Order: sequence, then structure tokens, then C-alpha cells
Amino acid sequence: MLTEKYITGFCSIDNGIVAKDGVTIFEHQSNLPGLLLAAYQYLQLAYPKFYKMDNLSKLGWLAAEFLLKDTFNKDEYQPEETGVLLANTNSSLDDDIKYWDSIKEVASPSLFVYTLPNIVIGEICIRNHFKGEQAFYIQPEFDTQFIAQQVDYLLDKNIMQACICGWVDVFEQDYKAVLFLVEKKKTEKAVVFSAKRMNEIFNKA
Amino acid sequence: MSSINEINEPDVFVVADNILSPLGKTTAENFAKLRENISGIKQHTNVAISPLPFFASLFDKDEQFVQADEHNYTKFEQLLIASIADALNGSGVDVRDKKTVLVISSTKGNISLLENEAITDELKERISLSTSAKLVAEHFGFQNQPIVVSNACISGVLGVITAARLLRSNQYESAVVAGADVISKFIMSGFESFKALSSGPCKPFDKEHDGLNLGEGAGTIILSTNHKYAQNIKVKGGSVSNDANHISGPSRTGQELAGAIMNALAEANFTANDIDFISAHGTATVYNDEMEANAIAISEFQKVPLNSLKGFYGHTLGAAGLIESIISIQSLKQALVIPTIGFTEAADPEKVKVCAAPTRLKANNFLKTASGFGGCNAAVIFGK
Repeated sequence: MLTEKYITGFCSIDNGIVAKDGVTIFEHQSNLPGLLLAAYQYLQLAYPKFYKMDNLSKLGWLAAEFLLKDTFNKDEYQPEETGVLLANTNSSLDDDIKYWDSIKEVASPSLFVYTLPNIVIGEICIRNHFKGEQAFYIQPEFDTQFIAQQVDYLLDKNIMQACICGWVDVFEQDYKAVLFLVEKKKTEKAVVFSAKRMNEIFNKA
Repeated sequence: MSSINEINEPDVFVVADNILSPLGKTTAENFAKLRENISGIKQHTNVAISPLPFFASLFDKDEQFVQADEHNYTKFEQLLIASIADALNGSGVDVRDKKTVLVISSTKGNISLLENEAITDELKERISLSTSAKLVAEHFGFQNQPIVVSNACISGVLGVITAARLLRSNQYESAVVAGADVISKFIMSGFESFKALSSGPCKPFDKEHDGLNLGEGAGTIILSTNHKYAQNIKVKGGSVSNDANHISGPSRTGQELAGAIMNALAEANFTANDIDFISAHGTATVYNDEMEANAIAISEFQKVPLNSLKGFYGHTLGAAGLIESIISIQSLKQALVIPTIGFTEAADPEKVKVCAAPTRLKANNFLKTASGFGGCNAAVIFGK
């Protein structure tokens, strides 16, 4: 028997708008660093690590914060039971260019560490104490069918009990993040998890 | 666990493999060099990569890996193409079959292109791992869109795990998993800035380990669920975890890598006793080796022979998990565990049993581990 799986929440950051479950919760039209800072301030958190992150990590980290805020009950899962599977098209190229510029003077280890796309997963895991499965894939466009297969495998086989999956992409002023929380429980707003449903939500964002 | 799923799940067999490294162009050539204790690591003086002399395992400058043609493949793509071509040769796997998928693993792919040109839309496209994957897929005629894994130093192992899962869930029948990375100034300067490089040949798990060497190479493993390969070695289990601790330093405890090992064992229906030897990540940085030794001890593998191949190849980044798995598959076949070159006296003798000399061993199964920036860990088990 395959397990019933639901999208119990989703969050997008795109075009200056932060939306959760399709509802705009915050809007700030400026350049990307301005948006990221304003979104962070909106959350009223004290998390100094945020300021050290590159834009890709900030974007993905913020999307996860808005996604999980108020609705995700961490106590329902062991740290090892939540996985994070993400994809994008530009890898870490936004930070790669900044790192390469830095080496003309002195190579910056704090920029170099972000020259890997999976660091954003590390930042989300550190913040939320997630110790489960994780993977970062590079795709020309968000391949919802592939991501859904991977999530299905992990949840159907009870390797994970919950997964955050989605798309986090940044290059210069172009950006888009859409994250989905997939769980085995049916909540009030939950919709059945599928590639098709992820696609619909992704394209509306 | 759902028992119904398990009954329907096919076994995943290793069909063929290739290592393309400074030591040789085939798996056999590479294993022969390792048997003779020959390392690819030497001192290089190349200011295009580093202002000071450095130790690394690099291909000769301007070495061509595929016949020159109209495609202008980069070195990264040439490595992938040459490695895949050799692995496919005589394998019986049809890349043009809709049931075959290509999985590419790399950390930085064509990033060296950034070093000489200002960024334009065209260059951005050329650097993209998706572009390289597409070119490689088209070269061979793969019908499906390739899957690209870019997850720091676990990329190679994660490529195998991803492919094995796709095959087990009957999404495809065969998968060609290929990984490569090329060492240029971008990567070298970054590891230098981290003070992660050893000033000499690296010494994994040794009392005097003081950093890693970088290495170039490519590795390819072809997997299939087709029963014509039923006598071959299998991928028995695999798992991934995150430390949730630090983005550039490993877990203090090793508990999370141990968790991945435990889950890989569970997927294989194994206990710790079923593992005959371990191919560790063993980068020879103090942080990595200590964390890994802790994880090995937590997993009760203190008495299981273990090696690190970084002293032969350096850290080949996105290729490492593949190259090191392939050597270990040869070790299973030839009942010979390769020693840890550079190792003399253990930093953690009570936690890990490091092979210092070639070890004759009738082995059925081995464990391969990897860890990387972002706090990621992966474990995969191959066996007869």
C-alpha cells in the first residue's frame, strides 16, 4: 500500500511577494537584498547567522521560515524524520561570481562555502534541526515529476515522515522560491501531494 | 516498512564501471596502479591554479580525452564522455532505450570558465551543469532528460543512491551514473582560503593528518535491474543525512553519519556484522577524520578494516564517491583491500582499523561513506 501524502503547506517568494498557501502575507518591491532583509525583519527574529548567508541561502531559508511558521509542529517528528529535497537551475552561480571577484584581493572562505547549491539545505537543517535525507538537484526547469518520485520513495518507504521540497533559485536580480511541506496527515487546508499539484502551485506563484 | 513494496522491489546490479584518472583510463588500469601502491598525487607548480607549488592529482596539461570534434566539449564534459563511453563498451545496456536514464554528479562542473571571461548570458548557459548534462546525454543518445546531482562532496554517492531508488521503484530499468570535477584556480583558492590543504601528500586517519589534496577524475557506474546481470554485485542499501550543525564544519559527534550508516544497513537488511570492509571518505583533514572515526565507532565498526583512497587520488569532489566505490567493487571481486597510502599511525586507534598494507580479504559486502559542506553525509552498501 502506498501512503497517503498531502501538501500541508506551501510558500512562495517571487516578484517581491511572500505568499503562504496562496495568500500574500508580505510585499516589498525593491532589489533582491532589500526584499530579503525586509522579509527577515518582518519575521522579527534574532538569528544573526542570516546576515552571513548568500542570497540563495537567505531566499531558501526565509521561504522555509514562512512555510513552517505557526503550522509545522516540530515535536511531531524526530530530527531524522524530516527531509529536504531542493532543485534549481543556476546552482550557486550568483555566489560563485562574488567569490571569484573576492579572490582578486583575498579569497574569502565565507564566500567560498556558499559556492555549493546544497548549503541552503544545510542552513534550513541547522535552523530547524532537521537531520533526515537531503539532496540538491540542478534542473533546466522545476521537474516536479522527478521531485515527486523522490519524495514518494522516502515517505512510502517510511524513510522520512515529512519532507520539504521545492525550488530555490537566484541569479543576480532574478529569483524564485517555492517550497512545499509534504506530510502523511490530512490537515484542514491539505491537498493531495502530486507532481501535477506542485506544478499548478509553482506556476501560479 | 511496507512488506508489499519490498516484495515487488527489484535488486539493483552493477553492470559495468570506469575510472578515468591521472592513474589510468579504465578501472583495470587504475586498480593495477593501486595494487602497485602508485599514487597520482605529486607536487605541481602551476601559477594558473595556485601561486605556490601544491600537491594534487592532476591530468597532464592539455591532455585530450575524446577525439576533437565540432562540439567544443570542455574538459569536464570530455572526462564524463570518455568515462561513460568506456563503461558502456560491451555492457549490453542500451542508452537509447526509454528505460535508461543518465545521472550526472559534480560539485563545480565548468566553473573554470568563469575565470577568464566576464559573465554574459551565453557564458552563464555554458557553465550550467544542465548544459553539460544535456551535451553528454545527446552525445550518447539518451532519450530521457538527465538527472544532475550537485550536493557537495557526497554528490557521487548521492548519484548512486538516487539512481538505485529510481530503479527500485521501477521508474527505469538501467541508470548510467557518472561524476567528474576539474581542479582550477576557483576550487584550489577556495580550499586554500579554508586552510584545508596539506602542504605535502595527505595522510588520512594518521596522527599527523593536516589537510587534504585535491584531485581530478571521473567515474562511471552503470546500474540495472535486468536479470541478465543477476550474478553481479548489487547496490544493497543507501542513506543520506544532515548534521544540522554547521555549514563548513562536520558534526562534533559523528552521530548523523552513523545515522546514515544505520539506515543503509537497515535497507540492506544487514547488521553491522555483514560489513566486511569500509571505504571511508577520509579526506585527511583533522575535522573530517575525527568525525568519521566517531561515526565508525558509534556504528560498532571499530574492528572492520577501513581504507581511504584520498592518498592515491586526492579529493576528486563530485567523482570521489564513484571512483572510491569502483575501486572497492574491484576489492570485492579480487579479495584485496587497498591500503591507505599516507597512513602510518592512527590518530584514533580505538575507533578505526585503518588498512596500512594490502589486505587479502574474502569479502561479501562493503560500506562506502562520504560527507561534505552543508553538513551532508551519505552511506551506500555494495555486496555480492
